[in-house]
Amino acid sequence: MASEYSVEIRGLTRRFGDVAAVDAVSLDIRRGEFFSLLGPSGCGKTTLLRMIGGFELPTEGSIRIDGADMTWVAPYRRPVNMVFQHYALFPHLTVAENVAFGMRYKSVPRADEGKRVADALSLVQLSGFEKRHPHQLSGGQRQRVALARALALEPEVLLLDEPLGALDQKLRKEVQVQLKHLQRSLGITFIFVTHDQEEALTMSDRVAVMNRGRVEQMDDAARVFERPATEFVANFMGASNFFAARVSGTDGGVVSLALKAGGEVRIASAEAGPHRTGEDVRFVVRPEKLDLRGRDLSPHGVPSLPVTIEDKVYQGVSTLWIVRDAADERFVVYEQNERPFEEGSRFAVGGRAFLCWNARHAVMLRQGGAAG
Amino acid sequence: MADRPPRPERTGVLLALPTWLTLGVFFLLPLAILFVISFGQRATYGGLKPIVDLGLYLRSGKFLANYARSLHPIYLQIFWRSIWMAVVTTLVCLVVSFPVAYYIAVAAPARRRNLLLGLVVVPFWTSFLIRTYAWMFILRTEGLVNRFLVGSGLTHGPLELLYNNFAVLIGLIYGELPFMILPLYASLEKLDLSLLEASADLGAARSSTFWRITVPMTMPGIVAGVILVFVPSLGQFIVSDLLGGAKTILAGNLIQNQFAVARNKPFGAAVAFELTAAVLLLLFAYALYTKRKGQDVLL
Repeated sequence: MASEYSVEIRGLTRRFGDVAAVDAVSLDIRRGEFFSLLGPSGCGKTTLLRMIGGFELPTEGSIRIDGADMTWVAPYRRPVNMVFQHYALFPHLTVAENVAFGMRYKSVPRADEGKRVADALSLVQLSGFEKRHPHQLSGGQRQRVALARALALEPEVLLLDEPLGALDQKLRKEVQVQLKHLQRSLGITFIFVTHDQEEALTMSDRVAVMNRGRVEQMDDAARVFERPATEFVANFMGASNFFAARVSGTDGGVVSLALKAGGEVRIASAEAGPHRTGEDVRFVVRPEKLDLRGRDLSPHGVPSLPVTIEDKVYQGVSTLWIVRDAADERFVVYEQNERPFEEGSRFAVGGRAFLCWNARHAVMLRQGGAAG
Repeated sequence: MADRPPRPERTGVLLALPTWLTLGVFFLLPLAILFVISFGQRATYGGLKPIVDLGLYLRSGKFLANYARSLHPIYLQIFWRSIWMAVVTTLVCLVVSFPVAYYIAVAAPARRRNLLLGLVVVPFWTSFLIRTYAWMFILRTEGLVNRFLVGSGLTHGPLELLYNNFAVLIGLIYGELPFMILPLYASLEKLDLSLLEASADLGAARSSTFWRITVPMTMPGIVAGVILVFVPSLGQFIVSDLLGGAKTILAGNLIQNQFAVARNKPFGAAVAFELTAAVLLLLFAYALYTKRKGQDVLL
């Protein structure tokens, strides 16, 4: 029975001694989507990927691929292929032999092998490199051979373990776009492991952010960025402007909050669930959604917090303002450098200003760690 | 004038000098002496018969007499036995050592690796002669093995385990095993395990992965081990002397007998030179083969 999902993971746990590298993870990965496992090193994303590939066996839980239980099936019997972190190309074989390696096990007729190899290599724009050995290729070319080798077997799911990590920044950006394009045109499910949030956002349909073996948030890529569910996700997505407040009243989907640093704001709380009056909460506003003003805008219904300008970091396209409020909380404001250069800077380091934001940009955070 | 940095090619020559000196003094020079002696004739009380007329000696063809004699069937039989025993020893060592080396290099916990390697080397602390004697006590009629077999009723009487080809093979395999395990370990330890995973990922079952990835990737270690085991096995004489009795004479015994017992140095030299030449030819053929395949020459 074909399922809507390519990969279904239930309660998957992998313990190494006392440490759970992957801790009760449940995920459904849709057919034909580009899915990223995102998190810092040691968060369990690679272990999770390796369990899907069959290189690591779970302590508990189950994995279904294409509707069939694969939890205990050997790697060579799974309808998935992997692009390894360091490519794992066979050094004693040529590019063509590398790509053809698995075909005899997938009952590809010998006569078709040549064509399949040529097709796979042209897919990654490496036609003409058939006779080379891996050590005669550049890093980017090796990465493409690894991709061709995995795709040549027409897997149900392609697993990619930080395959762009060894490439330089410029090449990385190019390959990200190419990979995404390739995935769309082939319609194969990609599961991509990365610690680079920008990379995940560039390519993914959906992202699971992992921390300490658990999934903190799984959502559309843009939603993870715009509406982080937890402090960890917000931090990882480069938004560390946390505001502490106490719920002073609730009205439908809108809660009124009394900021710890003083002032009252009203924000929508749909994502974070119901709140009780008197409860302590935290919310986050992304740096590019904060604004610095010379005067208090609260009389106009705009949340405004008096702050001191601590530092200014000029970055060319943008400027980072680092400010502190009365409660000594630190905030980062990201300002596009769109004003005429001659007008100079609006604020001076050491000066005072008001930190403002649109109430709709405030995102209530779930308390504690990961949700079940 | 400032000191000029040493030229790289001169540094290379200097570094290689000790090796060339040792090789020259202890290998090439003796080999040359051996080669010259092999054309001579034995004097009545051992030693070399002086050659009165060199021209006549060469024309008469007498200088080839030792080589001609070595082609006698009785000696050919000895050579043949040496070769097949060395081949069997090498093959058994390879088959036995691979799993051992694999376990130490890959499967065993890293902290136990040095201990296991130590265990492989420990036998070297005892003289090879003594260890070979020990095999006599294990294999002889009243030895450990036979006592167990008879005592447990598995056989009616003791088996003839000593003084035959079997005993010599056991001794050879036992003695040469570490020389196979160590180079295999060195190769396997460098094996990138993600290659094995990649192979499995592409659909290869374990046996396919072994033949298509593990074996080719560890070929340097396999070749080194084969050479390190095959060459000494070919020239062995202690093991065959002690465990083989009179029936199992190997080329090594033949040479040793000619020098020490028969006191026929020229004939001994001819046989020794033949053996050395055969080994060198084999190594040379191998070097040619790897060069043709565009791989690094391992020798």
